[in-house]
Amino acid sequence: MNERGTQSQRLTENQSIPPDARPLALQPRWRRDFPIDWEQDEYVSRRELVKFMVLTSAAFAVGQAWLAAKSLLVRRAATPRPLPIATVNELPVGGAKTFFYPEGSTPRLLIRTGPSAFVAYDQQCTHLLCPVVPAIEKNCLHCPCHNGWFDLQTGRPVAGPPQRALAKILLDVERDTVYATGVTEGT
Amino acid sequence: MNQRPRFIRAQRMTIVNAMLALVVLIVILQLWLLTATMNAYLGGDRAVALPSAIASFVCFGLNLGLLRYLFRLDESI
Repeated sequence: MNERGTQSQRLTENQSIPPDARPLALQPRWRRDFPIDWEQDEYVSRRELVKFMVLTSAAFAVGQAWLAAKSLLVRRAATPRPLPIATVNELPVGGAKTFFYPEGSTPRLLIRTGPSAFVAYDQQCTHLLCPVVPAIEKNCLHCPCHNGWFDLQTGRPVAGPPQRALAKILLDVERDTVYATGVTEGT
Repeated sequence: MNQRPRFIRAQRMTIVNAMLALVVLIVILQLWLLTATMNAYLGGDRAVALPSAIASFVCFGLNLGLLRYLFRLDESI
């Protein structure tokens, strides 16, 4: 194909054809005055949308990086030091006591379930943060706000709206004193 | 003599449409990944945060590659 033929083909390939396919000179005045190249317009708008979506993708990646950094920082955070929270004789069997561990935390609940058995959990219900109360006779912890129930031995939800277990406080009994030694988040 | 463009306009339009579909698919995957990771993280499962961040960056890398191709496509006009 000669040079002229190639140029004319390029013109047809890269030109918008009016809806009725007549030449531009035969088109109405408004179309001659504002010959919008619709195909080019669509190409540009899609190209800009691709760019915007890549920007959104970058935002999601940054969000993921933030979560990963936060989880790494939490892992490296020092384990709180053991804290004496009660004496063994202070609580009768079935009795409970609130404490804060580590200091400044949300309220925790220490429960004596047997002569030498203690359990401790975060007192906030995992549903809507109402305080839970021990129901020793049912071997449960009860949230009266929305009738949520947690197993007393594991902290796992057994009935009602809560979906996640209560955070468990690790305990250590030495001589006559009960120590809080760590926190295990409920999942 | 002018160099003939690599693709005619109709072809470029098809390419950019396909690219847009791929990018949107990857972004939806990233959105799902972020939602699932956030759900696990708030539920106390922090082990998934790092692998999903790596996966999300791989997705972003794919999108950047597609964007680079788009710029090259524009240059070829």
